[in-house]
Amino acid sequence: MEFPEELRYTPKDEWVRQQDGEADIGITDYAQDELSDIVFVDLPEPGASFAKGDAFGVIESVKAVSDLYMPVGGEVLARNERLAEEPELVNESPYGDGWLIRVRLADPTELDDLLNAADYQAQLSSD
Amino acid sequence: MSTETQQTPSELKRLPLQQKHIDAGARMMPFAGWNMPLQYEGIVAEHEAVRQRAGMFDVSHMGRVWVRGSGAAHQIRAVSTYDTSRIPLGGTHYSLYCNEDGGIEDDVFIFHVGDDRWFVVHNAGNAEPDAARLAAATDGTAEDVGRETVMLAVQGPEAVAAVSRVLGPAIDQLKPRTCTEIEYNGETLLLSRTGYTGEDGAEIVMTPATGAALWDAFVDAGVTPAGLGCRDTLRLEAALPLHGNDIWPETTPYQARIGWAVTLEDGAAFTGRDALESESATPPKRRLAHLKLLDRGVPRPGYSVRDHEDTEIGTLTSGAFSPTLRTGIAMGYLPREYTDIGTRLAIEVRGQRIPAEVVRRPFYRRQQPDQESA
Repeated sequence: MEFPEELRYTPKDEWVRQQDGEADIGITDYAQDELSDIVFVDLPEPGASFAKGDAFGVIESVKAVSDLYMPVGGEVLARNERLAEEPELVNESPYGDGWLIRVRLADPTELDDLLNAADYQAQLSSD
Repeated sequence: MSTETQQTPSELKRLPLQQKHIDAGARMMPFAGWNMPLQYEGIVAEHEAVRQRAGMFDVSHMGRVWVRGSGAAHQIRAVSTYDTSRIPLGGTHYSLYCNEDGGIEDDVFIFHVGDDRWFVVHNAGNAEPDAARLAAATDGTAEDVGRETVMLAVQGPEAVAAVSRVLGPAIDQLKPRTCTEIEYNGETLLLSRTGYTGEDGAEIVMTPATGAALWDAFVDAGVTPAGLGCRDTLRLEAALPLHGNDIWPETTPYQARIGWAVTLEDGAAFTGRDALESESATPPKRRLAHLKLLDRGVPRPGYSVRDHEDTEIGTLTSGAFSPTLRTGIAMGYLPREYTDIGTRLAIEVRGQRIPAEVVRRPFYRRQQPDQESA
């Protein structure tokens, strides 16, 4: 399983890739493997704003429904429109074509609370 | 994201082939008191393997009881809804155990294996009361072999060819829904052309040692291990009810639209007969309907079904994303006036109303060989 060094992670298995005050958000390789066979992703419209920890969407696999939580607060700038037709991209490429939303960070210091790849992996293995 | 963690308490019953499943990469989960393989490669991949090629399920968690003796057919008939005298030697049939109110205590599969030799398969969750029911009906002569045998189901368009390569041509000579006994490695196996997936295939009952050998042989023959996850999506596409979800002791065969598993014409006395006879004369007010979603979304058991005025008219008993149809499919009990084919309804999926339509069952029907050339 892959956990890229340049990303930041939450204990609830989301990742954040920040660049110039914006951030892409997705779910980790571990999360997609646990869910397996993702068949539906419900994401917010651009313009919606969420605080850190808010539920912003839902991801459904054949076997389960899971809420998605904001790793950081911000306004939604874009959502991955391809997932409407190809939700399996989240399984195939969780850090690439399977990204979920792009946000404008409300408070970039919230990134400091997130886990680095090593700490996230350590937390997974301690579960 | 939040994903539930799976626990495997030590009191769960172990399948005799548990190590085979773990070696094959199974993700295990508790089901009806057993530690069962949920999936290996993935639910959709296994679902497609069964629909397009061949998949193999370990269904040893199901209850299995032999009933033998000259009174066997009558003893089974006294506690079940289908007339056993209509099941010829080598035949099998679906049947029900009902209570005195006509409610479904379990749905069962009856095999007429030999002269005065019958075999009955029960759902895992009801295996103990069902075995006790047959023991009571047979003065204790029924033999519960659920814990000392293994049952494998090989299912899919290539299943019979794979079984034939491993076990010989006996399966080719079996018509659908018939059974026989064959000799294999000095052991007598029960072999039937039956299953619970909507596909052609075989079910085999044998000792654990032979079960382990056949598991490996089927894998070598190209059969894909398949778990409970795809067993559920496969049976739902085939519109086969699951006891505990779609049928339970407060539902009747007529409400569940499996009245074809009830024989009244022979006049035989059986548990629930009086209630079923009076219900058969008047159509039930509510009955099981089959729904297909017309927009994106995944229906799940417990979700609300609503009419055009947004009034709740029922809840789903089963629901899933259909890997074959690439859409949401579901079943639930609705007032009869809403169960005509083509009726437009809505299913509430997390606060949203997703349009749905009552459709003909099954959701999926396999192509018959004689239809492929047409």
